Amino acid sequence: MPEKKDFDRDSISNTFIVAIGLSLVCSVIVSSAAIMLKPVQEKNEEEFRQQIILDVAGLMQPDGNIEELFTAIEPRMVELETGTYSDTIDPATFDALTAAGDSELGVTIPDDKDIAGIGRRAKYAPVYIVKDGAEIDQIILPVYGKGLWSTMLGYLSVAPDGNTVRGLRFYAHAETPGLGDQMDKEPWRAQWVGKLIYDSTNEPQIRVIKGLVPANAPDAVHMIDGMSGATLTGNGVTGLVQYWTGPHGFGPYLKTFRTAEDG
Amino acid sequence: MGEARKVLIDPLVDNNPVTLQMLGICSALAVTTSLLPALLMCVALTSVAALSGAAISALRHRIPNNIRIIVHMTIIASLVILVDQLLRAYAFETSKQLSVFVGLIITNCIVLGRAEAFAMKNGVVMSFLDGLGNGLGYSVILIAVAVLRELFGAGTLLGYPILELVSNGGWYEANGLMLLPPSAFFIIGLLIWGIRTWRTQQVEKPDYQIHEVHRTEVF
Repeated sequence: MPEKKDFDRDSISNTFIVAIGLSLVCSVIVSSAAIMLKPVQEKNEEEFRQQIILDVAGLMQPDGNIEELFTAIEPRMVELETGTYSDTIDPATFDALTAAGDSELGVTIPDDKDIAGIGRRAKYAPVYIVKDGAEIDQIILPVYGKGLWSTMLGYLSVAPDGNTVRGLRFYAHAETPGLGDQMDKEPWRAQWVGKLIYDSTNEPQIRVIKGLVPANAPDAVHMIDGMSGATLTGNGVTGLVQYWTGPHGFGPYLKTFRTAEDG
Repeated sequence: MGEARKVLIDPLVDNNPVTLQMLGICSALAVTTSLLPALLMCVALTSVAALSGAAISALRHRIPNNIRIIVHMTIIASLVILVDQLLRAYAFETSKQLSVFVGLIITNCIVLGRAEAFAMKNGVVMSFLDGLGNGLGYSVILIAVAVLRELFGAGTLLGYPILELVSNGGWYEANGLMLLPPSAFFIIGLLIWGIRTWRTQQVEKPDYQIHEVHRTEVF
């Protein structure tokens, strides 16, 4: 410093002033940026979520207008406990995570049933129905649950038999890049297509195993290869799929499709 | 003016942070599978390096010595979060591909190295130019690696097909190795070799000199 040493930058008071001042200035910059950009980011997230729904339904076209393509999908609300449709809530504005925390709209999941690790869930959930003419082609269910680090949010597409998986994709997660994040990458998630969720006793049996699925295993149709280095993420995926297709999740709703098939 | 020019131009080849100082290799491996995320990463890193240099330089007479690294980190981290938020708002798809690597700019050796080695001792404008120059030096390498990897790994540049792939009825068989992280090592290695053949003053002296020892000398 060229000027006279009238100011000691290493003094304790200056250390505190710099530390506190800097923290204040930086926190104001960071938080105001986060707040100002939030609307744009939320719009992106919403569009991305719709894109994932289209993607899991196989309706996504490159360069397609997401909003336009999304009109082919019919969102409905389902009351989970009874498995029946409900028209009291608008699926477009429904937010499952907020509703889960609500004392009216949410219920606490008993510990022994909470295999997805989510604590509470909403009483209602949206489903997205894709029709081929008048016939239902597939039903897309929102699923979420705890992975290793994060809550993984995604969509499970089920064929109209209420049992065969048509696809599973996630739109938000923070699993380990390179290991756990394979669960949303092509070679792994392609395995889900064609697997069966339920065994003959109507229990969800579909699961991610450790290692590769043995070719001659009797229930290979319920099994998905494990991801090496990401056993806990795999367990999380098993938990959330089994929870949401189980009796406490969409089980009663999907059952209506299976009995319709039998009859 | 000459000095400003030197500060800006030097890191491009003669004092390149990646090929000469061997910094920032980690992100150079991770984000160079295709050109678009690499470009975005370059913009992010260059702006953080330039702005943090200027900010740290402006505060350099006030920053207490014993907490200076923490002060640097705080300034750099705030800028990185700012850049990350902007990317999420305006370059959403690509920011998903970049995932953690924008956040990891906070610990990028180039940014921290320039803050400590240059910005603490030089004026605001010079520090800004120095950050800009080093960011651009990093960008030159990143873009070169990304162009090679995307072109030979996927036959495209910025997503537009350049080499017609066999799978689309063309003639080019895509080289899958190029899409895997090790290929970035090979390419950076070859780049360093190329640059050092061109600029021989960058060649380091060998650590050990092998020379013949005669038995008679030992006894």
